[in-house]
Amino acid sequence: MPAVVRGALNLAALALAVIVLVALPDLVEVFDLMQITLFAAMGVLALSLGFIWGFGGILSFGQTAFFGIGGYTYAVAAINLGDSTGAIALAICVPAIVAGMIGYFAFYGRISDVYLGVITLTVTLILFDAVNSTAGDEYRIGKAALGGFNGMPSVPTFNLPGDPSTVLDPTQGWYATGGALIVVYGLLRLILGSRFGRIAVAVRENEVRASLLGYDPRIIRLAVFVIGGAIAGLGGALYTNWGAFVSPTIFSLSLSAEIIIWITVGGLGTLIGPVIGCFLIQYLTSQIGSQQTFNSNLILGAILIAFVLLLPKGLIPTLRDLVMKAARALPRRGTAIEASEKLVGAK
Amino acid sequence: MADTAIPCAEGPIRSMELAIIIALDVLNGAASLVLLCLGLAVIFGMMRIINLAHGEFVMLGAYATVISANAGVNIWIAMLVVAPVFVGIVGIIVERCLIRFLYGRLVDTMLATWGLSLFIIGLVTTVYGNTIKGVPTPLGGFSIGAYRSSYYTLFLVAMALLLLALIYAVLRYTRFGLISRATMQNPGMAAALGISPSRVYMATFGIGAAITGLAGGLLAPVSGVVPTMGAAYVAKAFITVVGGGSAIIAGTASASMLFGFINQIGAYFTTPVFGEVTLFLSAIILIRLLPQGISGRFFKRNL
Repeated sequence: MPAVVRGALNLAALALAVIVLVALPDLVEVFDLMQITLFAAMGVLALSLGFIWGFGGILSFGQTAFFGIGGYTYAVAAINLGDSTGAIALAICVPAIVAGMIGYFAFYGRISDVYLGVITLTVTLILFDAVNSTAGDEYRIGKAALGGFNGMPSVPTFNLPGDPSTVLDPTQGWYATGGALIVVYGLLRLILGSRFGRIAVAVRENEVRASLLGYDPRIIRLAVFVIGGAIAGLGGALYTNWGAFVSPTIFSLSLSAEIIIWITVGGLGTLIGPVIGCFLIQYLTSQIGSQQTFNSNLILGAILIAFVLLLPKGLIPTLRDLVMKAARALPRRGTAIEASEKLVGAK
Repeated sequence: MADTAIPCAEGPIRSMELAIIIALDVLNGAASLVLLCLGLAVIFGMMRIINLAHGEFVMLGAYATVISANAGVNIWIAMLVVAPVFVGIVGIIVERCLIRFLYGRLVDTMLATWGLSLFIIGLVTTVYGNTIKGVPTPLGGFSIGAYRSSYYTLFLVAMALLLLALIYAVLRYTRFGLISRATMQNPGMAAALGISPSRVYMATFGIGAAITGLAGGLLAPVSGVVPTMGAAYVAKAFITVVGGGSAIIAGTASASMLFGFINQIGAYFTTPVFGEVTLFLSAIILIRLLPQGISGRFFKRNL
C-alpha cells in the first residue's frame, strides 16, 4: 500500500473513531454505554499486550500484573488524594516502574521466550497471593485499606482535572475511557512510525542482526516492555474507575488468558486487531453469560483452538490480505495482454 | 501440608519429633511436585511442547478416580488404573486432533493447549456442575509423639520415587525408550531408519498424559476435586519444569526437591500463602541465575 493511501486511511479511521466517541451516548442506552465503557477500558489493556507482543516480540503471560498494579495504585491514590488526576498519573507511572524493574531483570539477564513467560506469569501469581492475604486491618496505605480478597469498594471515580467536587457522570466517563483508548492507539501509531518503533520491530524480527547493526536489543526490549506496562496501568485505572471497585481477581490467570485470546482472534502484529478482538470476545462473553445453555469457558476455548488451527493470523490480517488480493486482482483483469505476459513470464 | 505442626520447645524429644514431621512435610511437598510435573516434563523434555492443559489433565484424572470410585470401583484400581488409562486415551485423542498440526510452533501450541484447557473446564462444568467432589483418603494415620501424619503421605512419596525410577528405566533400557530418544534428537534420521516419528510423538504424548492422569488420581483424595482445580497446578508445574530444564528425570527431581523444600519451609515459618510466594520468588531467581534450568547447568548429559 502506498504511504499516502495508508496515511489517509489512518486519518479516516481516526476521524471515524472520534465520531463514534462523540455520537455513541446519544445512540445507546446508559446500560449499554456502561458496558461499552468497560470494553474500552479492556481495549486499552489489549493494546498494551498487542504492542509488546506484536511489535516487541515479548509474550507476557502476566500483563494483568501491570493492569492490576495500575488499578490498585489508582484506588489507593484516589482514596488518599481525593482527586483522580494525580491518581491516574500514578497509575501510569507505578506499573511503568515495576515493568522497568522486571524488564531489567529479565532482558539484561538474557532471558527470553518461554522463560520470560514463566517470569511474568510468576509475578502475577505472587501479586495475586500477596494482595489476597492483605485482609487484615494492618494492611493500609494511608487512608486506604487493601481489603485482601474482598477488594477495595467505593473507590472515588474520575473527576474533572483539578476539581474533585465535580465527579464525571457515565457519559463523561465514556468520553474519558473511549478517549483514552483513541489517544493510546494514536500514541502507539506515532511510536511505531518513529525511528524507535522501527528499531523495535527490527529487534523482534532478528535480534542478532539488529545488534550487529549497532542497536542494543536489551534496552529496546526494555523500553517496549515499560511502555506496555504504563499502558496496562492506565487500563487498570480506567477499569477501577468503571466499577469504583478493585479486587485481587484483577490479577487472575483467566484474565491473562483472555487478553491473549483477544489478540489471537483480532490479529497479532496489528494495533486495531487486539481492540477489535477484545470488543468481540467481551461482547460474546457477556451474551453467553446471559443464557444458560453453554458455559463461557467452553466457547472461549473452542474459539481459541479454532483460531490457532484455522486462522492463525487472526481476523484483521486475514481480512487485510483478502482485500489486498482483491485490489491487486482487479486492474490485472482489465488487460488480457498483461495477464498473458505474466503467464509467459511465469514460465 | 495436611499437618499443622505447632512449634514448641519442650525438650529434645519434642523438637526431634517436630523435625521428623517437618521432614515428612518437605518430602510430601517434593513428592507431590514430582507427581504433578512428570507428565509435563516428559512432554516438554521429549517434544519441546508446553502443554498448558496440563492442569486439566490432572483434573480429568481426579474426576475419573472420584467418579469410578463412587460407582463402586475399588479405590486403588480407580486411582492406579482408571485414571491413567482414561487420561492417556484423552491425551492421544488431543495429540491426533490438535497437537500434531502444531509441532515446531512453541507459542501456537501454548495458545492451543490454553484453549483446550478452557474447553475442558467448560465441558466438565457443563456435565458435572461446579461442585466439589471427593473420595475419602485411604490408609490410616500414625502419630509421632504429639503429631499426626498419614500413611497416604508416605504412599505418595513412594509412588513418586517409583514413577521416577520407572520412567528412567523405560527411557534408558528399553527399545521403546531408545527409539523415542532418537526421534526427539533427530526425527529425520529416525524416519530414515524406518521409524514413524508421528507415531512416536503420539505415544509420548499419550504416556505424558497418562502419567498426569495418574497424578490426578493420586492427588484426588487429598485435594478438592472441582472443574477449575487445574489452574492451581498448571502454574506450579510449568514453573518447576522450566526451572528444572530439559533433562526429564534429573531436572524434575531436583527442581521439585528444591521448590518443595522452599515451599514447605516458607509455609512453616510464615503462612502457606507466603510459602507459595517464596516458592515463586525463588523460581524467578533460579531462572535468572540458570536460564537453562537446573539440568542445563548441572546434569547436562543426564536423562
